[in-house]
Amino acid sequence: MNMLGQWIAFKTIVYREIRRFIRIWVQTLVPPAITIALYFVIFGSLIGSRIGDMGGFDYMQFVVPGLIMMAIIQNSYGNVVSSFFGTKFQRNIEEMLVSPVKDITILLGYVVGGMARGLAVGAIVTLLSLFFTDLDVHNWWVTISMVFLTALVFSLAGFINAIFAENFDDISIIPTFVLTPMIYLGGVFYSVDLLPDFWANVSLINPILYMVNGFRFGILGASDVGIVHAFVMLIVFVVIGFSTALYLLTRAERLRS
Amino acid sequence: MTAEQSCAALQINGLEKTYKNGFQALKGISLNVEAGDFFALLGPNGAGKSTTIGVICSLVSKTAGQVSVFGHNIDTHFTEAKQCIGVVPQEFNFNQFEKVLDIVVTQGGYYGLPREIALKRAEKYLRLLDLWDKRGTVSRTLSGGMKRRLMIARALVHEPKLLILDEPTAGVDIELRRSMWDFLEKVNATGTTIILTTHYLEEAESLCRNIAIIDAGNIIENSSMKALLRKLTREVFVLDTKELISSDLKLSGFILRIMDEHCIEVEIDQHQTLNQLFDQLAEQDITVVSMRNKANRLEEMFVSVLNAPEEQSAESEVSDSDPSTTQTKGAAV
Repeated sequence: MNMLGQWIAFKTIVYREIRRFIRIWVQTLVPPAITIALYFVIFGSLIGSRIGDMGGFDYMQFVVPGLIMMAIIQNSYGNVVSSFFGTKFQRNIEEMLVSPVKDITILLGYVVGGMARGLAVGAIVTLLSLFFTDLDVHNWWVTISMVFLTALVFSLAGFINAIFAENFDDISIIPTFVLTPMIYLGGVFYSVDLLPDFWANVSLINPILYMVNGFRFGILGASDVGIVHAFVMLIVFVVIGFSTALYLLTRAERLRS
Repeated sequence: MTAEQSCAALQINGLEKTYKNGFQALKGISLNVEAGDFFALLGPNGAGKSTTIGVICSLVSKTAGQVSVFGHNIDTHFTEAKQCIGVVPQEFNFNQFEKVLDIVVTQGGYYGLPREIALKRAEKYLRLLDLWDKRGTVSRTLSGGMKRRLMIARALVHEPKLLILDEPTAGVDIELRRSMWDFLEKVNATGTTIILTTHYLEEAESLCRNIAIIDAGNIIENSSMKALLRKLTREVFVLDTKELISSDLKLSGFILRIMDEHCIEVEIDQHQTLNQLFDQLAEQDITVVSMRNKANRLEEMFVSVLNAPEEQSAESEVSDSDPSTTQTKGAAV
């Protein structure tokens, strides 16, 4: 199959992935919107008004970029891990494995599908945030590229999780015990400047810190980490994630007998 | 004639598969299926049929050997090889939450078919398989027979030159099974090579021109269906009679079993004829009102091929130790 064929196969996978999360929108689009709206109400409006400034900004303004990024991370990851594991579980992955679709096409299709959901939820949450605060984008280029790179990194991470997963527990353990603590300790709700030096330095090994702060820089023009540093880290995560996911898919010992 | 057309549809040389647990499913099998053939791959459960199909379709990684599909090596030219293959697996493996039309069109996309062509092909095959009315139905709500037909439509959407069906009629009622046979014969008549595994030997006998029997990872028989059936040394017929059968009925030279007062079973070997049987029955004023094979001919052949080593050793033991057994058998004639 030539490049055009691979392109059609890629579009087919992306279309199927988007059709999937739209078909089950009550499970995929509504819950994150409600959850993040509650965060806006509780942390932003109710508690936030008593917190005062954070990083030189009103707390609501500070927390909104972090919460948007949290929604993107969780949904990019969640879409790929549940969709690809479901495909494995129902064995309809065989539809792709018997076809001439290349492994890289399969990987890109799923990843772009995951990014699509992450970005769709991110857009919904951003619209909701406008009911609570004004969003004046400081740097569009940084904002958009941070959103895309973050969705890409966590779609790749979800794919890797799904390849290793052998049962439904395996697709909930990582989000619950790894992803959630990383998000909560990644500067979504606070500036790492508040932490003692030791814990502030420990926070620097958390990749989510760079994503949240990079995005916050794009919106507010302020960040706990250097923006160039944040971009470099994200690109490193993309390269590592993509190489690992493709390697695992090509070896495919968990997919083929 | 292109190079692809002049090649065998499937060439397997020295194919071996050993699973991680050490089980050797295939022990160096070799097989050739000509283009346009309707080929049966038979064997008992666990013989290696599905493993062979899995290797051809890239769902199982082989341990050793070579597989080529229309001249395309599955290791070095896997996209060309896969483009030639359509596969209908034994178990339902489509997305149970997707609609029938979406499943078929999506499969076309995996083979690089533009959406408008995939839609036309999907309509063509769903209509041929009587599923067009169900195109908007979520697949998990289909009946078992419909699910089987959906998998056939899905396998055909890219119009493969080699269609592999792994027990396509399992669990399907007889009426539907026969309509699927008709459909597959039409597909084969258009030039599509078909490889079929089945437990319904009547299906293999009526559809397939060539056959391989696989057992314990080895090909133990590979010939044309006619040649294989010619090897059948004896057949058992069931005869229903008009007159009452007496318990002292004798048929010289035939092994006879009286089933009830209007039914007998007679074994006929390849040197005997039905005329000889009917002559003897006529001499005893017995009228035969109906007659049928006790088992499908291929089934008898299949069992005899699979049991050949056991029978040989059993027979030699019997003849070594108890020659009177053959006399007893003769006395029953």
